[in-house]
Amino acid sequence: MTVLTVNGKEHSINGDPNTPLLYVLRNDLKLNGAKFGCGLGQCGACTVLVDHQPVYSCLLPISVLEGRQITTLEGLGKNGEPSPLQRAFIEEQAAQCGYCIPGMIMRAQGLLNRKAAPSDAEIRAYMQPNLCRCGTHMRILRAIRRAVKDMRTARAEPVR
Amino acid sequence: MNAPDLRLSRRLVLATGGALVVSFALFPNAFAQDAGAKPPGDLAKFPMLDSWIAIDAHGAITVFTGKAELGQGIKTALIQCAAEELDVDPSAITLVTADTERTPNEKYTAGSHSMQDSGTAILNAAAQVRAILIDLAAKRLNIPVEQLHAKGGSIVADDGRSVAYKDLISGRELHRTAQAKPSLKNPKDYRVVGKKFSRVDIPGKLTGKPSYVQDLRPERMLHARVVRPPSYGAKLTDIDIAAVERLPGVVKVVRDGSFLAVATQEEFQAISAMNALADAAKWDETAQLPKQADIYAYLRKLPSQDTTILERGNAGESGARSIRATYHRPYQMHGSIGPSCAVAKYEANKLTVWTHSQGVYPLRDSLAKMLKMPTKQIHCIHVEGSGCYGHNAADDVAADAALIARAVPGRPVRVQWMREQEHGWEPFGPAMLSDIYGAVDAGGKIVAWQYDVWSNTHSMRPGGPGNLLAGQYVAQPFTPDAPKPIPMPEGGGDRNAIPIYSAPNIRVISHFIPQMPLRVSALRGLGAYHNVFAVESFMDELATAAKADPVQFRLRHLDDPRARDVINKAAEEFGWGLKEKLARGHGHGFAFARYKNLAAYCAIALELTVEHETGVIQLGRVVAAVDSGQAVNPDGIRNQIEGAIVQSASWTMLEHVTFNARDITSRDWSSYPILRFPALPVSVDVHVIDRPGQPFLGTGEAGQGPMAAAIANGVAHATGVRIRALPLSPANVKAAIGI
Repeated sequence: MTVLTVNGKEHSINGDPNTPLLYVLRNDLKLNGAKFGCGLGQCGACTVLVDHQPVYSCLLPISVLEGRQITTLEGLGKNGEPSPLQRAFIEEQAAQCGYCIPGMIMRAQGLLNRKAAPSDAEIRAYMQPNLCRCGTHMRILRAIRRAVKDMRTARAEPVR
Repeated sequence: MNAPDLRLSRRLVLATGGALVVSFALFPNAFAQDAGAKPPGDLAKFPMLDSWIAIDAHGAITVFTGKAELGQGIKTALIQCAAEELDVDPSAITLVTADTERTPNEKYTAGSHSMQDSGTAILNAAAQVRAILIDLAAKRLNIPVEQLHAKGGSIVADDGRSVAYKDLISGRELHRTAQAKPSLKNPKDYRVVGKKFSRVDIPGKLTGKPSYVQDLRPERMLHARVVRPPSYGAKLTDIDIAAVERLPGVVKVVRDGSFLAVATQEEFQAISAMNALADAAKWDETAQLPKQADIYAYLRKLPSQDTTILERGNAGESGARSIRATYHRPYQMHGSIGPSCAVAKYEANKLTVWTHSQGVYPLRDSLAKMLKMPTKQIHCIHVEGSGCYGHNAADDVAADAALIARAVPGRPVRVQWMREQEHGWEPFGPAMLSDIYGAVDAGGKIVAWQYDVWSNTHSMRPGGPGNLLAGQYVAQPFTPDAPKPIPMPEGGGDRNAIPIYSAPNIRVISHFIPQMPLRVSALRGLGAYHNVFAVESFMDELATAAKADPVQFRLRHLDDPRARDVINKAAEEFGWGLKEKLARGHGHGFAFARYKNLAAYCAIALELTVEHETGVIQLGRVVAAVDSGQAVNPDGIRNQIEGAIVQSASWTMLEHVTFNARDITSRDWSSYPILRFPALPVSVDVHVIDRPGQPFLGTGEAGQGPMAAAIANGVAHATGVRIRALPLSPANVKAAIGI
């Protein structure tokens, strides 16, 4: 049995400890955010955060994840409200088919966890591992920039 | 009022609560009026209003479309059309998309046809439903229709009285034949159409709500994987299945001839079992693919069916300057980010398939033939998948799921293709080539134009069961349908082969090659991607020969005012021609096309740099203008064109399918690289020219060709070297500029 901490909750997982995290998230925990794209760590559709860093969940076996904080798309918002980054993606209508977008959001969250106000060049470089086939990239960049701005404004607002 | 005819209509009771709601009616009733003129869009094929719109006793409005959401935003735009003419809030509408037991058979969601076919039908059907509601209210309130109007789900009288839609509909009032010319709103009064309106599907997709066929998890569902042969046409000669059957979680190994699959309890077990099966399988391989390096010469030598699609005057006429050139486009793939997936369940002689196919009805018919089942025993329901951009493996995986589900009755089966299967087995966009001859006179006008294009078919959709991959490998295999060209005016390999520009002497020949060395079918834009690349590159070549500015040269040969407007808009917004002198390696490129010469107009201007040492193209600003007729969702149009620009940049600068003597070697994203963030343009700006009241013009594929040519023209401007073979990869650019 493997105990995983996903979105702040512990889950006991029976089954092969070599199972990549992706299949456990999608099938055992019924979380839809992380997507199967390649199973090879080449496209980023399966991106989740482990200890606040983006990882490919299609490659990581659950055996190495005990005791670590796993965050999926579903764990970003609070009280059923989308997170600032999700909100920015919705505001910018940054999706076409949308299949890659959860991975994009998770990777962008990984960047913002590390750096609150990245430059455009830093965003482009950091998003390099994630593929989009619809060509939604320009909107994805706009959404990330919007989230950076929104979060900066929120921080600057006096506490009421 | 027409009497209903129940004999020919299929009824489906949608909602309860007292009223019987007939939401589906395939055939016009026996007393249909107005036999002459046809109603617009797909209303002509399905003229019963209740095929499209139902209102139940609670006032719930359901709209039916045979088209499918592919990520292009069609659901949102269709809801906007219905809400506008029904005068209700868009949130009041439930849209049911492609489903063989509920929606009209609008065949495929393809060819940028959805707004033209289904959007037009729904807009017009909704207007007629509103008129019926007003008539009913007039009778109810005993006042003339002139004193009534629709508002927020009610018919409101000038004297202040109102009746809700639900109180006007008690049964089959909408079971009426559509009029040919309904009274549509004046576009000046639009509140929803043409306005900013957010996509209905985006919030769910971005917060992890089940949105895709991949997300379906019906009770007792099994996971399955298929073992594909090592190369095209390989036969499974021997396999020890028993060892695999003993692996953890294995419920069933399915072998039918050379079709091999496994169903398991857990998903990762299916992958392990698939690998074990692949290791155990012995195949007889026979495939012989042509040499990749010689593919264009090979294609040109294959037998072709030649059709002169346009001839006027003497196309061999000489001029002050003339040019001959040959353009090439390699095999390219759809490359969906999510490999194809389907869920199927076989129970009590009935098969249900949840699929991201672009054509649920054709798929149903094809499955019926493959499984030798009555068509009425098969139900195909569209559920979104990852974006497909044409005919990818969606239908193939649905056939896989059907075969496996039949072997495990009562259990839903989810089949997920692996990345290397999607890359290796999807039907590619065909390689193409064209020869062009052109001549300009001393005044800089085109005097002669000859265009010859060679191409395979651009549609091997099902069709017959032999067009389904599984159908080719079962013990009693089916032969793929004989490939056919798609006729003009839309065309397939010759789509956009006829230039939109005026030329007094012209001849265009389409050389259709039936034999297909690689598996091919419809990829976004079909032949238009190549033909627009070739024609628009050649226009720049002729402009240079005529010592003319490329934009002015195009305008000189164009009469259509909407084409001219789009070109002028893109040029103005870009600032075309303002910078005469550019630094070394910097270039500007321009291109224009009207998709299929009958759909949306799109012009693109861009700047780029070419790094001489590496051949790497870096895109700068990209500015586009588009005219899609009446714009229903302007941001949806921008999203489509932005996407086309980036996707076409990827095709144009990076992509070609590789293969060896036996097999496809583009098997993942490292052997078939596509564009990543650092290679993006600096900016992409899309300007929508709205044409209120004009017919909808398909937009989804309008940008692919112009972007390819704009890049090629920019590279020629930057380097002085014309590259006529795609992709404009660093290696090819470097080789062409000779460093």
